[in-house]
Amino acid sequence: MSQTKDVLTTPIFKNNPIALQILGICSALAVTSNLATAFVMSLAVITVTAFSNFFVSLIRNHIPGNIRIIVQMTIIASLVIVVDQILKAFAYEISKQLSVFVGLIITNCIVMGRAEAYAMKNPPIASFLDGVGNGLGYAVVLMFVGFVRELFGAGSLFGIEILPLINNGGWYQGNGLLLLPPSAFFIIGLFIWGLRTFRKEQVEKPEYVMAPNSKKGAV
Amino acid sequence: MSSNNDTIGKTITVTVLLCVICSVVVSAAAVMLKPKQVANKELDRKSNILAAAGISDPSKSVEELFAQIETRYVDLDSGTFVEAPVANYDARKAAKDPQLGHAVPRSEDIASIKYQANVMPVYLVRSDAGDVEKVILPVHGYGLWSTLYGFLALEGDLNTVVGLGFYSHAETPGLGGEVDNPAWKALWPGKKVYGDDMTDPELHLIKGSVDAGTPDAEYKVDGLSGATLTSNGVTNLIQFWMGENGYAPFLQNLRAGEA
Repeated sequence: MSQTKDVLTTPIFKNNPIALQILGICSALAVTSNLATAFVMSLAVITVTAFSNFFVSLIRNHIPGNIRIIVQMTIIASLVIVVDQILKAFAYEISKQLSVFVGLIITNCIVMGRAEAYAMKNPPIASFLDGVGNGLGYAVVLMFVGFVRELFGAGSLFGIEILPLINNGGWYQGNGLLLLPPSAFFIIGLFIWGLRTFRKEQVEKPEYVMAPNSKKGAV
Repeated sequence: MSSNNDTIGKTITVTVLLCVICSVVVSAAAVMLKPKQVANKELDRKSNILAAAGISDPSKSVEELFAQIETRYVDLDSGTFVEAPVANYDARKAAKDPQLGHAVPRSEDIASIKYQANVMPVYLVRSDAGDVEKVILPVHGYGLWSTLYGFLALEGDLNTVVGLGFYSHAETPGLGGEVDNPAWKALWPGKKVYGDDMTDPELHLIKGSVDAGTPDAEYKVDGLSGATLTSNGVTNLIQFWMGENGYAPFLQNLRAGEA
């Protein structure tokens, strides 16, 4: 069973889809301004990645090689539409905030990447777990970014006030930058830095060696 | 992946089967969840109307509270009540329909809405005696990034504001997004829309804040700090919808008792 556990836990820190593979950044910027949307988005991605992996793996021996990407896309797109419909029916408020980003899970590289890289070669149950694991890896980063952004940007967590804002008569001046999408870039960057400080093996080798400074007065 | 998967026959079989199964799943989900989604949308709209009108009672459901609200349709041009042009009338869709809407001339389009429906829904709250106590008017206009959709509620004198609330916008969180801040929304009740002549809307947002010493304070609301363009957008949409192209003819008729 340790192998099963590996499939599930490796993508969380050791091989994180966002932090190491740098996939799925787009939605990580867009939906992390508060924790509630980040949480629902994480659940949606975990569901889609897990089930798309499962179904792709189920029919992997029958998928013609020349149309395999289209087959994967069809399965992923169908699942995303179903998830979107369910959210609209049962979590209307949040689906309004997530708006187009649920639909954009279709284009999230993590989902397709796992289907192509793992589910095409492995049995359904293992693929399902791999999907859950990668979804969790995505979720960890999303929740971390959402935590920082909501706490220091809006002074709350899950909409519950932690740092009372000046606007509402408190003492904390919210950091407006954190509520804007670009701030997620900085936070993800810091997250990757932190991760690679502890896991040195994730540091990439430089692709080229910087030339030594040319001699003084050479120019 | 064995090589015999790549024959034309197999490719077509897999494609057809996959498409059929996926379409069945997707349409089943859409059809089965449709009633719940429509109910959610309806509930959302109703609770926004109630919020703008300042009607709240935690012990009652939205449906119960909404029962006291009368939905009517108004022809903006003549300012009179009309029947809903079509069943399940949607003013947002009607705006772009050549039969039900019209393009707003650029020179008059201060709220940058481009198209406007000929007929708008309005919501009335009546007292037991049948007098109009509150009128809730849907308004929208462009802010900085997005169109703000909301409701403006007026008292029975058709001049004093009861409340303003936006239910859909994508302004900058923390800046323009503060249109949702309850503290800011609390500044609106009691403000007056029209001056003494009752025709030109005077109400607008100013830079900085309104205090007791501000002249004509009843026509001015604090601007949102750091969000000049959103503030201008709110001013523009109020000026537009309360003006001649908006509800002014209707409100004049209603004031004269003959809408």
